[in-house]
Amino acid sequence: MEPRKDDFEVRSKKLQKMTDEQLDNYFWELVEKVVDPMIDMASKNTSQSIERSVLLRMGFNSMQAKELVNKIFEKNLLSKGAGHIVWKVAKENNISVKEAGEKMVDGQLWDEVDRIFKGGENV
Amino acid sequence: MKLDPNKNLDIDNILKDLDKYRPRRKGWTWRKKLPPGTKKGDFEFYDISEDLKNSIPLPTAHYFGNIDPQPDAVITSEIASGRFEEDIRRMRMAAWHGADHIMVIRTLGQSHIDSLIEGTPEGIGGIPITRKQLRASRKACDLIEDEVGRPINFHSYVSGVAGPEIAVLFAEEGVNAAHQDPQYNVLYRGINPIRSFVDAAVAKHIMAEEGMLQIDGAHNANASAKKAWNVMPELLVQHGINSLYSVKAGMKKENIALSTVPPTTVPSPEFRMNLIYAMTLREVFKDYKFRAQMNTRYIESDLFDATRVHVLNTVLSKLTSADIQSTITPDEGRNVPWHINSIRGVETAKHTMVSLDDIKEYVQINEEKVRPQIRDLKMRAILMLEEMIEKGGYFEAVEDGMFVDNGYYPERQGDGIARPKDGGIGAGSVVPRDEDYMAPVCNHFGYNNLPKDEEYDKVCDLIGGCTLHNPDKIQYIDELDETDNVEQRMSNYRENKKKGLIKPEVEWSHDGVIQIDMTIPDTPEYAEAAALEICKKMNLEDPQVISKTVLHPSEGTYVEIKAKVPFFVKRDELTLPKKPDVMEPEELFEYFKNRKVKVVAGTVGNDEHNVGLREILDIKHGGIEKYGVKYTYLGTSVPPEKMIDAAIEIGADAILASMIVTHNDIHIESMKKLHELAIEKGIRDKVKIIVGGTQINNDMAKANGMDAGFGRGTKGLHVATYLAKNLD
Repeated sequence: MEPRKDDFEVRSKKLQKMTDEQLDNYFWELVEKVVDPMIDMASKNTSQSIERSVLLRMGFNSMQAKELVNKIFEKNLLSKGAGHIVWKVAKENNISVKEAGEKMVDGQLWDEVDRIFKGGENV
Repeated sequence: MKLDPNKNLDIDNILKDLDKYRPRRKGWTWRKKLPPGTKKGDFEFYDISEDLKNSIPLPTAHYFGNIDPQPDAVITSEIASGRFEEDIRRMRMAAWHGADHIMVIRTLGQSHIDSLIEGTPEGIGGIPITRKQLRASRKACDLIEDEVGRPINFHSYVSGVAGPEIAVLFAEEGVNAAHQDPQYNVLYRGINPIRSFVDAAVAKHIMAEEGMLQIDGAHNANASAKKAWNVMPELLVQHGINSLYSVKAGMKKENIALSTVPPTTVPSPEFRMNLIYAMTLREVFKDYKFRAQMNTRYIESDLFDATRVHVLNTVLSKLTSADIQSTITPDEGRNVPWHINSIRGVETAKHTMVSLDDIKEYVQINEEKVRPQIRDLKMRAILMLEEMIEKGGYFEAVEDGMFVDNGYYPERQGDGIARPKDGGIGAGSVVPRDEDYMAPVCNHFGYNNLPKDEEYDKVCDLIGGCTLHNPDKIQYIDELDETDNVEQRMSNYRENKKKGLIKPEVEWSHDGVIQIDMTIPDTPEYAEAAALEICKKMNLEDPQVISKTVLHPSEGTYVEIKAKVPFFVKRDELTLPKKPDVMEPEELFEYFKNRKVKVVAGTVGNDEHNVGLREILDIKHGGIEKYGVKYTYLGTSVPPEKMIDAAIEIGADAILASMIVTHNDIHIESMKKLHELAIEKGIRDKVKIIVGGTQINNDMAKANGMDAGFGRGTKGLHVATYLAKNLD
C-alpha cells in the first residue's frame, strides 16, 4: 500500500455517533462479509492435503495416501475425491477399500479408474 | 504403568507397545474451579482451582504451610528441544510446577512439507511432528497427569501445507489443542492464500468435531512488526477473520481461543497502552476464550528484564481476563529454552496469578478514561475492514500489503507484507470439487455428494468405519530413517545411565552445558574476552557469552557464559552429606510449649564474632527463640567461668558457646574448661554444653567433653531439635 497520513478524524466521522454495541455489531457484520466468500470457496474446492486427509481417515497410511493422491492429481481426477475413487474401484471389483487402495499403490486397477471416471460419465 | 517421583521417566517403557496405544480421551479440558472463599492454609482464595496431588510449590511456600494454590486459568508451557524423548522429561517438570497445557513446537520447515512425516527424526528449534512422536508424548502425558493429578492438554500446530492431514493425525492421536490460522500460513510462511483457506476449513472442521481447542495466530503480527503497538487495529481484524471463519467451519466459540499478547513494553508507557488493547479485544470478542501470551517481540538476553515484562503481562491478564495463561521462557532471547527457564516461566505465571487472587473485586478501571480510547481502536479496526471490502476482500487486501504495516491504521507506512493471491507455495494446487465429488468419511467439511442409494447411519459406514470411529484402522508406522531416530539417540544415553554417569544438562540428557556468570571490572569488550579466557583456563569447552549487562562503561560488566563440561562424574563414587536430624517445626513448638527450656549463650575466649550465634538464637533469623526457647545472651569474649555462673544463676538447661578454631588450640582449652568447671560446680549432669562455630564439628566437641558440636550451615532448627531430643 502507498504510505499515507492518519486520516482517522475524517474517515471515522460516520462511526462516531454509534454506540459501543453498534460498533461491535458493525465490526462482526464486516468480518462476515470478508469471511463468507472464502468459506464458500472452501466448501467447493479441494486440495491434495484435503484428499490425503480423506484417505488417512479411510485407514491408509501417510505413504499410501501420498502415493494415491499424487497419481490421482496427475490424472486430473482430484475433483472427484480421492476417497471416492478408491471406494468406487473397490465396489466395482468387489474387494475391500483397503485392498483396492493397496493395489492402486502397486500400480494396478488404474485402467478401471480411467474407465469409471474419465469424461464424467459417472455423474 | 505408574510413575515413581523418585525415578526418571522410563523412555523404553513409553516406547513399548506404542502400536497398540490409544488416547484415553479427546478434546480440551479446563481446570476445576474451587468455590469462592476456599481455604488453603490460613488464607481464603477466590480464583483458584483444584490442588495437584504432586507438585512443587513456589519458593516461599514453606513459610505458609507448603500450600500450592493453583490459579483457575490453564497454564501453558512451550517445549522445543527438538527431541521428543527430552520433551517429555521437560513436560513432567513443567507439570509438577503447575503447567497443564503442553505446547510442542514444530521443527523448522515442517510447514512446507506437503505430507506427513513418520518416525522420530531430530528437529531444529522444535520436533518433527509425527504419529510416533505424538503417541509417545501423549502416552507420557497420561502418566504425568496421573502423577500430578490433573489432566494435561497436549498441543501442537495445524498449519503449513499439510493442515488437513495433520488435523486428522491430531484427532486420531488425542491431541487436545492446536494452533490453526490460515493467515499465519499466508503472512509468515509464504503459502498460497487460497490453498491456506481451503485447507483450513477442512482442518478446522476435523478439530471441531473432536472438541479440540483452537488457538489463532494473530499474535505473530506483534512479533513481526517493528512497531508492534501500531498493529493493534489489524490484530482485531485478524482475530475476527480467523474466529468467524472457524465458527463457519463448525467450531464452537467456546473452543476458539484468541492468542493475544500485550503489544508493547517498557520503556514505552506499556501498561496503559496494553490495557486499552486488552479491554477492547475482550469486549469485541466477548463470546470467545482468551489465551494470554507473554511478550516475545521485545525480549532481550537478560532473564530479569524478560521476567519483569512477563510479570506485568500476567498482571494485565488478571486485570482483564485469561482463560489460558501462556508462558514464555525468560531465556528465549538468548537460546533454545532450557529446563530451568521453562520452569521459571511457569512459576512467573503461577506466582503473579496467585498473588492477584480476586484483584478485580478490589480495583476498578476508570471507564471515563478508557472508553474514548477503546472506541477509537474499535473504529480503526472497522475502517480497516471497510477498506478490505472495498478492495474486493481478504485476498486482494493481502495482495496489496494491508497487513503487518507499521502505520497505526488508517495511517500506512507502506511496509506491510504483500502476498499475491496466485503466488506462494502450493499455488494452483486447489481444485474445484465436481458435482460427483465424494468423500466417504466422517467429519468432512464442504460439498460431498454422498450416494443416495446406500443406507448408512454415519458416513463411514460406507467403508466399514473410518479411523475416527474405529481406531484399529489406523496404520502405525514406526521408523523410516535408520540413522536418525530415537533408538540411535537412546543408545548412548542408556550406556551412560547404566554406568551411573552424571553430566549436567540444560536441554538434552548429558549435553554437558553449564552456565557461569562473573563480573569483570573492565569495559564490555575486555570483560567478554576475559570471561572467555577464564572459561578456557577452567578447561570448559565451547564457551559462549549469552548475555552481558554493563554496570558502568569502565567499572564493570556482568557476563553470563554457557560452556560444556568435558567429563562425567560417577554416581556411585559420590558421598552424600549425612542428613541433619531435624524435627518438624510444629513438633518443636509443641515440645517447648510443654517443657520450658532456658539457655545461656555467648562467644567464648577471645572471640568477638557473634553473627553466627545470633542467627542460632534470634527469632528474626529462625533461631531457637522462634520455637519457644528462652535465652540469655552474655555477649562476646565471655570467660568460661562467667558462662557457668550464669547458667547456675538462671537455672539454664543448656549452655551454647560459640568459638573460633585457633592454631594454638585455645578452643580446645575452652571446651575442657567449660566441662571441668561445670563438674566442679556440680551442674554437669543438669546442663547440656553445646559448642558451635564455622569450623567446629560434633566429633571434636565430644572428644573434649562437650555434649554436642555444630559447624557451618547450622540453623536454629538443628539446635532446637538437639535440645528437644536430648533434654530430660
